[in-house]
Amino acid sequence: MSQHPTTYVPKSAFGKWFESRLPLAGLIHSSFIAFPVPRNLTYFWTFGAILAFMLVAQIVTGVFLAMYYTPNAAMAFQSVEHIMRDVEFGWLLRYLHANGASMFFVAVYVHIFRNFYYGSYKAPREVLYILGVIIFLLMMATAFMGYVLPWGQMSFWGATVITNLFSAIPVVGDTIVSYLWGGYSVGNPTLNRFFSLHYLLPFMIAGVVALHIWALHVPGQNNPTGIPIKSGKDAVPFTPYATIKDIFAVVVFMLFFAYWVFYMPNYLGHADNYIPANPAVTPAHIVPEWYFLPFYAILRAIPDKLGGVIAMGAAIVIWCFMPWLDTSKVRSTAYRPLYKQFFWLFVVVCFLLGWLGSRPAEGWYVIASQICTAYYFAHFLIVLPVLGFVERPLPLPNSILESVMGVQKVGAGVPAGANAEPSSKG
Amino acid sequence: MPNALSRKALKTCGSRFCSMLESHVAETTTHVAEPTRRDFLYIATGAAAVVGGATLVWPFVQSLAPDAATVAAGAPVEVDLTPIAEGQIVKVFWRGKLIFIRHRTAEEIKAAEDVNVASLRDPQPDSARVKEGKAQWLIVYGNCTHLGCVPLGQQGEYHGWFCPCHGSVFDTSGRVRGGPAPINLPIPPYTFASDTKIIIGQEATA
Amino acid sequence: MMKRTLLIAAAVLGLSAPAFAAGETPVPPQLKWSFQGPFGTFDRAQLQRGFKVYREVCSSCHGLSYVAFRNLSQPGGPEFSEAQVKALAAEYKIQDGPNEAGDMFERPGRPADHFPAPFPNENAAASANGGKAPPDLSLMPKARTYERGFPWFVTDVFRQYSENGADYLVALLHGYEEAPAGFQVPEGGHYNHYFPGHVIAMPKPLSDGQVEYPKNEAGQPQAPETVEQYAKDVTAFLTWTAEPHLEARKRLGFQVMLFLLVLSGLLYFTKKKVWAKVGGEVEGHATPPMTHNP
Repeated sequence: MSQHPTTYVPKSAFGKWFESRLPLAGLIHSSFIAFPVPRNLTYFWTFGAILAFMLVAQIVTGVFLAMYYTPNAAMAFQSVEHIMRDVEFGWLLRYLHANGASMFFVAVYVHIFRNFYYGSYKAPREVLYILGVIIFLLMMATAFMGYVLPWGQMSFWGATVITNLFSAIPVVGDTIVSYLWGGYSVGNPTLNRFFSLHYLLPFMIAGVVALHIWALHVPGQNNPTGIPIKSGKDAVPFTPYATIKDIFAVVVFMLFFAYWVFYMPNYLGHADNYIPANPAVTPAHIVPEWYFLPFYAILRAIPDKLGGVIAMGAAIVIWCFMPWLDTSKVRSTAYRPLYKQFFWLFVVVCFLLGWLGSRPAEGWYVIASQICTAYYFAHFLIVLPVLGFVERPLPLPNSILESVMGVQKVGAGVPAGANAEPSSKG
Repeated sequence: MPNALSRKALKTCGSRFCSMLESHVAETTTHVAEPTRRDFLYIATGAAAVVGGATLVWPFVQSLAPDAATVAAGAPVEVDLTPIAEGQIVKVFWRGKLIFIRHRTAEEIKAAEDVNVASLRDPQPDSARVKEGKAQWLIVYGNCTHLGCVPLGQQGEYHGWFCPCHGSVFDTSGRVRGGPAPINLPIPPYTFASDTKIIIGQEATA
Repeated sequence: MMKRTLLIAAAVLGLSAPAFAAGETPVPPQLKWSFQGPFGTFDRAQLQRGFKVYREVCSSCHGLSYVAFRNLSQPGGPEFSEAQVKALAAEYKIQDGPNEAGDMFERPGRPADHFPAPFPNENAAASANGGKAPPDLSLMPKARTYERGFPWFVTDVFRQYSENGADYLVALLHGYEEAPAGFQVPEGGHYNHYFPGHVIAMPKPLSDGQVEYPKNEAGQPQAPETVEQYAKDVTAFLTWTAEPHLEARKRLGFQVMLFLLVLSGLLYFTKKKVWAKVGGEVEGHATPPMTHNP
């Protein structure tokens, strides 16, 4: 399973000549055509393809927007309005890009929680998983800097608040902040470097995504049962089976995406960002984009500047330790009756944190944020390690096929050559 | 219902043997339409995907076109000729392109007219390059027709223009007389609004 | 553990409601707009009336800097004729230059020009208006909103309610009233029912009969010359200035959604066909506990 030396043999003379010099076709064949895929994957497993699509969509729309956007504090807002009003289909490109960021995060959160539920982070997929966390961090940085670029009120004040987080670092904090700004406050140099990095980071994401996929193809995909592929009967070739399913899922996701772009293009943004940046006036309450809200709530729950920043950072870094914090031998939550309840409780807490992040930091909201933050960390530090010892998991099926087909059928009529079926048709 | 049964059996069937069986079933049950319908589905889906993909490219390509503000800024411009002295060349811009307005002297006009047109690389009489009765005003695009450098006025063998980049020579009518330039300096669309005012970008409406 | 958290969640949600009620700023009424919903379009006559209100009332203090005269004749807007726009632009004085002598000069406007700002710069605007510069109106309906709260912010997505900025502006424009007893309005401020905090620097801008509307065949104004109508018309106009391609967006959106629906339908059946080769799709896992011996 771990190694699948390619069985690909080029047909044409040129193909043979090329393959002996750069085995690219063989790599593609073994990774995306012959690659064995568990036959019981649900639609939750299509979000990897959806994310790949979103990354490409963001890069393409972004490259075209950059042809008109001006990263200058005096002209940025106006250049965005120029795109919206005068550039042919400029409004479409910008709405695709702005809502695309949200869609990217919708997809990545589904992807992450699928991984949590089915224990995809556990051995032997730890490196694959940590690469995913790195992608998520890069996405956050990219999205944050992208939101600064239109240079509206929320851009400016969001940049001010987030960069000021670094001033919490003892001794060198203030120096770091002034280096981030390139000045004594958020200003033109800040905007300029954010644009540069916003353009760079997506390509770094693409690089880590390549590693992520590479790391995926070593152990193969996890599946809803959490047990590995044991025989050819448990799997189907990637093409056409997973390919067509992924394409279908991507198109359905595009429908969802299009609804926002064409009918609610500004819903996920902030009205304040249609007011040009004004360093003399702060918006009534500064709220980050929805996808940062849970972390923002954690930041504000701690009544200490440095503590808040550490808690927020820890909220993501702690993910990296999940493979070792989770002591259960069973991957899929489907066979963990007790953990299943805690998982959904954790989901509820994450939603609550998101909602609390959008509320002003006062009164009951603060207390609720603190309770949720405490639970958030307890989930990783207490629930995951302890449950592995106290929980009695349900019996696991013998194979993927047995789980989905039922035992009686496995013995009887399921074709032997399911996996060997050649991909004769598109 | 033997037919339905055999079809159900097919559902759980993936081997080559089964696909052989399938075509056999298709034949014997006179369901010739079955494989055709499947092919139709694949073709329709593929075609829809190709059409969608191609259409998706359209807004991206279209966004590269000159935007509405640029187009609007490319409206005709008026130029007042009164301050331009005889013998002087003035540079103006229209749609970002350089235009020379040359107030020609009597000798320059004469030099431009006294040329054997047939001997020119791009044969054109001087009268075709100015407006009737306005021979003193020569209005030409200011970029060399070779590779787009800006030629220097009143220089070169014919005291028209001389391009410093690759040595193209133009006469006082802006016609190429030497060097690598293939054609004469082109004439932009313009019209006389009055004796002392031209509108560049607007052709005279007859 | 779970129960407790749910209780806390309920407590938090419950507490949020009185917090809104005590939030002092009333909720603007939701109006009917021709441009709402998936097939919404602008009412040309309304946009033209709204432009008249902007021009005769608002423009003395508020700019419209992102709008060019030429926009007034483009499809999907008020759709004035090109000749009308040319004549209108020429009525404005636009600063241009520098000329050969290095001086700035004024010339009549051209369709490509943008609406000139009423004040030379922000400081001039502020000092002429009691310290607060009147904001540019080009993006107003997108730059203003009001708190929707749970669960309305969820249902809004399905209703496609995105006219909250427009509703707020209309409410604001006729929200001027006497301050309630005991409410101290600071000097230079004006009491407005819908403005957050109730004290707005802008004095009541509209009054009945202030702007003359075009007459219909019967010699009557095509719409009532009232503050309410003025407010709606100028807000509709500003919705267009904020989102000039709204009509194109919704039209293209319908085509895209329709196409994607058809494509996803085709893909669904194609996928079924493909998977039929291996006995159809099987997903997930059997409901545990597994029965090992049937």
